Amino acid sequence: MSGFDLSAILGNPEYAAMLLHGIEMTFIIYAGSWLLAMTLALMLLGLRLSPFRFGDPLVAAYVSYHRNVPTLVQLMLWYFGIFTLMPSGIANWLASHNAESIFAVIGLGLCQAAYFSEDLRSGVRSVSDGQMQAARALGHGYVSAMRFVIMPQGVRNALPPLINHSVSLFKNSSLAIIIGASELTHAVKEIENLSFRTFEIYLIGTVLYLFFSLVIMSIGAYLSMRADPARSARA
Amino acid sequence: MIQDMIAIVRDYWLLLLIGQYPNGPLGGLANTLILSALSIALAFPVSILFAMARLSKSPLLRWPVTALVYFTRGVPLLMLILWSYFLVPLLTGADVPSFVTMLTTLVVYQSAFLSEVVRAGIVALGPGQMDAARALGHGYIGAMRYIILPQALYNMIPSILSTFVSMTKDTTLGYVINVPDLTFAASQVNNQLLTQPFQVFLILAIVYFIICWTLTYFANRLERRITRRRAGLLNVPTASLVTPSKIVSEQL
Repeated sequence: MSGFDLSAILGNPEYAAMLLHGIEMTFIIYAGSWLLAMTLALMLLGLRLSPFRFGDPLVAAYVSYHRNVPTLVQLMLWYFGIFTLMPSGIANWLASHNAESIFAVIGLGLCQAAYFSEDLRSGVRSVSDGQMQAARALGHGYVSAMRFVIMPQGVRNALPPLINHSVSLFKNSSLAIIIGASELTHAVKEIENLSFRTFEIYLIGTVLYLFFSLVIMSIGAYLSMRADPARSARA
Repeated sequence: MIQDMIAIVRDYWLLLLIGQYPNGPLGGLANTLILSALSIALAFPVSILFAMARLSKSPLLRWPVTALVYFTRGVPLLMLILWSYFLVPLLTGADVPSFVTMLTTLVVYQSAFLSEVVRAGIVALGPGQMDAARALGHGYIGAMRYIILPQALYNMIPSILSTFVSMTKDTTLGYVINVPDLTFAASQVNNQLLTQPFQVFLILAIVYFIICWTLTYFANRLERRITRRRAGLLNVPTASLVTPSKIVSEQL
């Protein structure tokens, strides 16, 4: 063990396989929790905009809980707490199907849904009332006016915070290590334990996270440009 | 269920509150609050320096800080904690307590985020304020100190407070390097009981909720107040009678 040597890790097929597996799991957790978060966020938004009178306080309570309790604590509550309360049939099934990653997806997804729904809400709120009236005057029903007139503009307004939060969800996926999911940070720690090449493996892990974050930011920037070329040019 | 939780709080409140102290290091809620308060107190001035460096004309000041901000925004905090856990003892050559490691990481990480807030506040003021201050004979530092920063910071109080909330939440990550904080104390309680993990972690979630909700609540109230003040609906002394920094302290 001497000097700085990246090839000691990247050249070792065992370590390289561990790294690749970590990247794969990080992306599975990220994609799963992103989809869960976005679906839930749209449902929360629907509930908030609906005439159902308890919708608003319900969503507000949901958002408040998830924004004020640290994500780490939420993950612990799911994995160490709620998991043990589940009926043994479900718990056994989960345990044999990579429960750590499933709970990471659930915990991160539920938490992120609160942020996404707030982003979407402020995006929709910044669409002026006249748009809805104009759409209704043109013969759109409520649902179709939302679908074709309000939501496209609302989502476009919400793009910058949605992109920021998508990046932070990616970074937060590293928290899954706390409940033992075998994602990228986990792989980094494992390889560190095996190889003792602390500096090299942390460097590789950091560069990978940085690289993927920048990729997500660039995709976001591209989408904002596509959605509204004029505004992106001004910004 | 609720009785279980009350029993846990009754039996372990001291451990949750101050950890092993005085028979060991200070921990629990006290340590969480100290860690948050210290990291806020240190990150705040550092973030102002970072923001000024990023707005400076000298590339020697601008470039390193810009790189640092982009770096911290792209890397998980957990990764930075692991870095410091390994690098800080190596650089200082001493056995550094995990509390100090965590504090260092939080200050660097949150200063980068907070400096973006401060910078946005300064940019939003427009160049006229600086021009006017300079025309009145203030130097650059004097203009910043008396004209720009008081206004910029005042306008950004809500965002600054919400950064403080996320700083408090981030202290939980000290768990990975065994910082004896509230999360650590709760998992100790859980290890002793073994049978009621849900109740223990629910208590933990409730305590964090109360702390962060209170901070968020004040942030929202201040935000409304500032919006009203900007709209001219609130009577406040004029700037000639009271300095802006005094208004900031009064509002707080």
